[in-house]
Amino acid sequence: MKTSEAGLNTTFDMRLLDDMARKETVIHRVHPLVKLVTTVIYLTVVVSFGSYEIIGLLPLLFYPVLVITLAELPIRPILKRMLLAAPFVIGIGILNPVFDHQVFVVGGLTLSRGWITFFSIVLKCILTVSAALLLIASTGMDKLASALRMLKIPRLFVLQLLLTYRYISVLMEEVTRILRAYSMRAPQQKGIHPKVWGSLTGQLILRTFERAQRVYQAMCLRGFTGEYNTGAHERITVRDTVYLVVWGLFFALARIYNIPMLIGSLLTGVV
Amino acid sequence: MHMADALISPVVGGTMWAATAGAAAYSIKKVKNEMDENKIPLMGVMGAFIFAAQMINFTIPGTGSSGHLGGGLLLAILLGPYAGFLTMAAVLTIQALFFADGGLLALGCNIFNLGFFSCFIAYPLIYKLIIAKGYTRKRIWGAGMLSAIIGLQLGAFGVVLETLLSGKTELPFGTFVALMQPIHLAIGVVEGLVVAAVVSFVWKQRPEIIEKAALGQPMGSLSIKKVLTGLAIAAVLFGGIFSWFASANPDGLEWSMFRTAGVEELEAPDGIHETLAKLQEKTAFLPDYGFKAPETASEPAAKDGEAAAEESEAWPAVSGGTSTAGIVGGVLTLAFAALIGFAVSLVKKKKPDLTA
Repeated sequence: MKTSEAGLNTTFDMRLLDDMARKETVIHRVHPLVKLVTTVIYLTVVVSFGSYEIIGLLPLLFYPVLVITLAELPIRPILKRMLLAAPFVIGIGILNPVFDHQVFVVGGLTLSRGWITFFSIVLKCILTVSAALLLIASTGMDKLASALRMLKIPRLFVLQLLLTYRYISVLMEEVTRILRAYSMRAPQQKGIHPKVWGSLTGQLILRTFERAQRVYQAMCLRGFTGEYNTGAHERITVRDTVYLVVWGLFFALARIYNIPMLIGSLLTGVV
Repeated sequence: MHMADALISPVVGGTMWAATAGAAAYSIKKVKNEMDENKIPLMGVMGAFIFAAQMINFTIPGTGSSGHLGGGLLLAILLGPYAGFLTMAAVLTIQALFFADGGLLALGCNIFNLGFFSCFIAYPLIYKLIIAKGYTRKRIWGAGMLSAIIGLQLGAFGVVLETLLSGKTELPFGTFVALMQPIHLAIGVVEGLVVAAVVSFVWKQRPEIIEKAALGQPMGSLSIKKVLTGLAIAAVLFGGIFSWFASANPDGLEWSMFRTAGVEELEAPDGIHETLAKLQEKTAFLPDYGFKAPETASEPAAKDGEAAAEESEAWPAVSGGTSTAGIVGGVLTLAFAALIGFAVSLVKKKKPDLTA
């Protein structure tokens, strides 16, 4: 059954990202808070570009490229996820050429201006999605949670985030078993028949509640008092500050100057 | 329905982050006050349940297609609005981080669209009102259907507004609405059917789970007055930031007005474009100077720093306004976040517990 495969894939994918985050590289060693802040600055810079900008955005590709290399991350699974994010963005963006007919000529080709906005959106999508994935792939959930705590995000929410994350694989296995059992008793069916929508999902809820109860008891036995200890916060070192400042300067430069255009006009001598 | 970073502007993203942070801070306060402790793992495990439930394909009879569970409403019914909202926020955060499903800057928008409307509008104002006289099978179905549909319609409309205000798409308002609302009506019907089926099953098996969350003390009451106050604050926040954004960049506002008005003028797009062209002349640079190579390309290089400033004023891209307004919007968000942090640490001094 397709769904159970999807379930296993999801669990597998999460573990894959977890494994990536456990490496020890220059990027992995950067303080999680610094990485989070850098990512947010980067995302803001990328989306602040106008909808007609393509050339000026290009220098920002340096960031994902450098991080992915320095962190020794595999490119293929990250590209795969990027494709998963693409349909909605492309679906909305592809309508731009339909609604913006103004034409312009480039190298003898006549194009509608909508195509420029479309490509600008696609480029922004690639940059933003890769930056978000690289953050988690080079940091990991636990360290990211400690960064959130340093930002004074309430403990309750961070705890809740970690618990959700921790139990996804558990419940994914649970639902996979339920679906497998269902598909063996109802072969050749594409999905779940309306007759059992309530009982099948409802059973899962009941199991979830019971599991939550057991989890809570286990936590109490181990001395849970509403605290989730992620260990001492790491210190932000000089190296971390340099990382942040250098990237920050680069993003600012790329935002203020159209670097490719400057280089281009220097080289073509039209200054 | 998850919005991506590529389709939003920093101002819209920042504003929605602020609104979501406000709702979350308020929810945390409420949950903390009213919580029996074992709700913490329950919230976590229920968040994981949403992921698992999204693996289930519900066959829609007679259509050959299938639907999925969204989650916000079901979480509100099972956990109460505050815990439900927080759980939805955690689910969406993990989806954004691990599955690139919705962006990080757009996370505020997504939590608001998918969590706020179902937990703080559809649940208290529709579901609870219908259920108020006590649970029956019929009421569960009516309440589930109605609140799922309305919650999703509001959410879809939120997506439309946020996308258009961000100005990255050329879609006219009318077309976008005509595209989004019917699709989400269909999704809402399926969601409503699933939620109603699930809630009636759980209610039959373990009535206390359902009744405790809805009527029960711990997750308790959400008064309409408070919801309205919250909405008013959000509206002021929205209005303030956007009108100020508009005054910082009148061109951007006019631009979006043209596009909104563009519905009737789809047959005669030249009309708009003529006006746009005139507007364009007023500004120093052509928006697409990057593509019209040599003659315009020489300008930015020649004028250098000055050019860079002007360049960001270039018209339809709204980039001038976006960056100035974006910075101030960002500062506002930061100030808002700092304020929350400060407020929460004050609370912490009073009660050394979950909120730090």
